[in-house]
Formats: sequence, structure tokens, C-alpha cells
Amino acid sequence: MRWWADVRLRHYVIRRLLLIIPVLIGVSMMTFTLSHVIGDPVAAYITSQEVRLSEEQLRKIVVAHHLNEPLYVQYFYYISDLLRGDWGISRTDSDRPVTESIQHYFPATAELSMVSMIFALALGIPIGIISAVRKDKPADHVTRVFSLVGVSMPVFWLALLLQYAFYYQLKIHNLPSLPSGGRVDQFVWLDHPLKVITGLYTVDSLITGNFAVFFDVLAHLILPGFALSYVFMAVFVRMMRSSMLEVMRQDYITLARSKGLSERVVIYRHALRNAMIPTVTVAGLAFGGLLAGAVLTETVFSWPGIGRWSTSAIVRDDIASIMGFMLIIAVVYMLANLIVDLLYAWIDPRIRLG
Amino acid sequence: MEELAASKRGTWWQERAPQIREFKFTLYLLRQSPLVVVGFALIGLFIGVALFAPWIAPHGPEERFWQLPQQPPSWEFLFGTDTTGGDIFSRVIWAARLDLAIALTVVMSAIIIGSVLGSVSGFLGRAFDEILMRITDVFLAFPALILAMAVAAALGRNLTNLTIALIVVWWPTYARLIRGQVLAEKEKLYVDAARAVGAGPRRIIFRHVLPNSIFPIIVQATLDLGGVILTAAGLSFIGFGAGAGVAEWGLMIADGRSYLFQSPWIATFPGLAILFSSLGLNLVGDGLRDVLDPRLRR
Repeated sequence: MRWWADVRLRHYVIRRLLLIIPVLIGVSMMTFTLSHVIGDPVAAYITSQEVRLSEEQLRKIVVAHHLNEPLYVQYFYYISDLLRGDWGISRTDSDRPVTESIQHYFPATAELSMVSMIFALALGIPIGIISAVRKDKPADHVTRVFSLVGVSMPVFWLALLLQYAFYYQLKIHNLPSLPSGGRVDQFVWLDHPLKVITGLYTVDSLITGNFAVFFDVLAHLILPGFALSYVFMAVFVRMMRSSMLEVMRQDYITLARSKGLSERVVIYRHALRNAMIPTVTVAGLAFGGLLAGAVLTETVFSWPGIGRWSTSAIVRDDIASIMGFMLIIAVVYMLANLIVDLLYAWIDPRIRLG
Repeated sequence: MEELAASKRGTWWQERAPQIREFKFTLYLLRQSPLVVVGFALIGLFIGVALFAPWIAPHGPEERFWQLPQQPPSWEFLFGTDTTGGDIFSRVIWAARLDLAIALTVVMSAIIIGSVLGSVSGFLGRAFDEILMRITDVFLAFPALILAMAVAAALGRNLTNLTIALIVVWWPTYARLIRGQVLAEKEKLYVDAARAVGAGPRRIIFRHVLPNSIFPIIVQATLDLGGVILTAAGLSFIGFGAGAGVAEWGLMIADGRSYLFQSPWIATFPGLAILFSSLGLNLVGDGLRDVLDPRLRR
């Protein structure tokens, strides 16, 4: 752990970690406020079976969660409830505790996001390199338009177009088509039941050697994964292009060229490695946006993730689920940002000086 | 002293000759890029359509041909009709009005709130700055769409609340951007000069610092207009915003979703409108950023 000996880096890491605390407090205040604005916060603790509560029962719940006390006391108990893992009851998800719902739905969203991230990086980085190397040539213009279209594309509409083309059109022409929604085919699942370990079906099916489910899950991932990835692919193309152009102007590239190295070696050995740094950090930041895009994509593809869970919760004014969703998204987003910042400080010493 | 200043002062354009020359040069550079020209054309098209909707659209936004639902595109109905017999071509045109108005309202409000808070924060520094920045941290701890979803859910699902929710989501970006600008400009010589002749902080911010930070704000605003159009459409697609039957792009796509396979045109055309309006803004924003970045001018 030699880097820990670096005082500046150590200070930076500590300061960055401490900065999480005020943000977490702010986020919890926000969800707390929202729960009071949406309706009566007591609703978070009532199951859908208990809609007809007597005054007495209602009072019991109010007292149990300290909802009859002043706001700042309520906030205190809200935080301690959160820390104890009592996030309320998700009426949308058949009265399960919210924490259980999140555990249940989160892996589906995580799997979709990761697959999209892989798509986006695998296609975006090479396209960005081509665009930079052939700057102002036709290939560059085509990739720029391609990436700007990606940034301007309504993800839910793209999802519908993909469904129409690769499910419906292929199906009516009796060609092998991709599934239009869901995570796995019910019949495949019934024939080859999957033992769920991590909740990521691709991983679980590989661990247990259940290849029938594995390929079916992959087929289900292609369309939503691609729809979600296009926007981020576009971001990576732009990032890769501009950082590549920036790097190509540096002195050490001129030096490498003047040594007589081939253009291929200069680009892939010298330029690419340095140009990757900003792109990788953008990948971390994009993860939050990916979660947001997942809400829309999951809705179109009936993907059983936290995005679809949250939209149905909002339609039913299910306060506990909405707050739980907000909290988990904020935490994941913040962790992604934190990891990016720390990685960046570790890779690029100039950051620590700031 | 007063007289000297007055005699040196020329007409408005003479006084600002360097800025005008800079502006003309920027326009010249922008015209060099075909993509930016296409972007301007797209923006012009959508603004024109929005402004002249009553004259261009053959039918009203709520007009229905109940006996002609789900008609494919034809000469009579250029983009076909929807499930209740509304003319999609007319509705897409009317929706341009609504969607562009939402986007403009959101971005303008965010700029105003952001300018005030950001410049005060950058100028005063200290506790106010630290508190404001921590508040923006909290807002930026959520992805835009998700925070807007929660705020819209809290306020109630209608168009006004959707707009408010988007403003709530977007102001921190501008507060931070403008604070950064103020911090950078504050150290420059001309601010010292202004202070030396006795200009107060308000005058320095509004007459000197903000006008000099206008370009980064314009770039951000152009790109954000596209982002707001997309986010607003996404929210109204999942059921926030306009009530059933209103001509709004996201909502029209949501209506077409149930009949995607029988009548694909219902969802297709509003989607194209979102794509091209947002693309126009992104093309121009991207071009502007390149042109205004001195490192890329070479």
C-alpha cells in the first residue's frame, strides 16, 4: 500500500469519503420530505390487506413509528429505521418489506445495466478511435452523426422500434426472432429450473451449468441491452474521440513518430492507453444514467427490475417503495461517482494537487 | 472625469466592436461545419412549426375522426390516424408547441435560478458557498429522470408539475456552472478594475462577469434543451405530465405502444419529432462547443 503513504492522496481520499456523509443526510432528508408531501407517511407501513384499519390499529402504527412526534424527531426515527433495515412495506410487491423487494428486483436491473455497459464500451471505444484517427474524413462525419443521434434518441422509442423490427417483423416472416420482453421464457424455465444464487441469471446459469436457461437469458438481454446502451455508446464515442485527439497532439506522440514507429504502434501502444483514462471515468459516471434509462427500458420490455417496480409504485402512490427506490438509486449513483473519483486520483496524480 | 469618460464613449456598436467581431468570427466558424448548418435548419424548422401551428396543421389538436381510427398514412392523413381517429400529422405539429414551450420554460427558469444562486455563491464564498454546493450535491446525487419522477409524483401528475419537477432537477447544473465561471472571472484584471472605480458586487456580477460567461451558458443551454425534451417525453411516456388525449409527443408514443404491431405509425411519427428536435439542438450545441473551445479551434 505505497500510495497510502502519499499524504496528498490520503487527504484527498479522506475528504472525498467524508463528503459522502452530508450528501447521504441530504438525500435522506429529501426522501423524508417527499414522503410527507406525497401523502401521509403512515401509509409506508400499511399493507394492502389492512386498508380498513380501525382508529385503534392506525394509532398503534403511528406510535410505533413515532409519527405523532415533531418533525425533527420523526426524521431521527426515520433514519434509525433506515439503518435497522426497516424501509417500510412495498404494497406494489405484495406487501413484502421494501428491502426484500430491492433485493429481489435489483439484480435484474444490475444485469441489464452491465450488459448495456459492455455493449456500449465494446462498440463505442473502437468507433471513437476510428473517428479520431480519420478526423474530418467521411468516416469521422458518419460516426459523429451516429453518436449525436444516440444522444438525441428517446430510449423508450428506440426500444419500441427494436421490438417491432426484431420481434414482430421477424416473427411474421417466420424467421428466428428475439423475445419481446421478460427475462427468461417460462417454458424454458419450467423444463430447466434455475437455482438462483446471485440473482444475475447469466451468472447463476453458468455456475450451475444450466445452458438452456443461459442462452435463453442471453437472447432476452439483447434487445433491452442494446436499446439502453445506444445512448451511452454515443457518449463513449465522443469521449474517446476527443481524448484521442488531445493525446495525439502531445509531444511524446511526435517523439514516437519521429523514432520511426509505425502509425499502428503509435496509435495502439502509445496513444490509446492514455486516451482510455477519461473514457473509463465517464463509464463510471454513466452508470447512474444507465439506471435512469433502465426505468424506461424496463417499462417497454416488461423487465422485472427496480425501474418497473418503481413506476408501478408511483402509479399506486406506494410511498415506501418510491422512497426505497430513490435511496437505493442515490446510493448506487454516489458509490459509482466515488469509485470513479478515487480511481482518477490514483491514476492521475495532478488531481491530488487540487 | 465624467466628461472624459463621456467623450471617449462611442456609439453602442463602436464600444463593443471587439465582441461583435468575435461573434461574427464565431458565426463564420459555425458555418464551416455542415452538421451545424443542418442543426440550425432543424431547430428553425421546429420553431417555425411551433409558432405557426394553427396555420400549418390541417386539424385541431383535439379534433377526432371517430369513424376513422388507426388509418395508415395516406394523402388525407399524412402520418395516419391514432386509436381515437386523431390526425397524427396535426397532433405532432401542435405537440411541438407544447414540448418546446416546456423545454424553454425549464431551461430559462433553471438559468435564472442558477445565475442568481451561483453568482452569489461564487462571489460571497465561505459558508454560503459551501452550503449551496452541498445542496447541489444532493440534487446531483440522483439521475435527472429519477429525481424528476419523484418530485412529479409528490406534486401530482400533470403538466405544470412536470415542468416544475424538471426545473427542480435542472437548476443545480447552472448554479454550479455559473459559480465556476464567477470564480474564474473574479480573479481577472477587469474585475479588479471595475472594483477600483467603485462598482458594487451586484454591478460586477451582472454587468461584467455574467456577460463574459455567456458562451458556456449558451452551450450548456442548447444541449440541455435537447435533454429536457427527452426527459419530459420519457416522463410523460410512463404516465406523468399531460392527461389522456393531449397532443404531447411522449404521451402519443405511449398511446401507440399498445397498438405497436397493428398500427406502428402511431408511435413512429411522434418519436421522429423528438429525435429530430433533440438532434438539431445537439448538433448546434456540439458545434458551438467545438468553436468556442480555443484548444479545438486550431
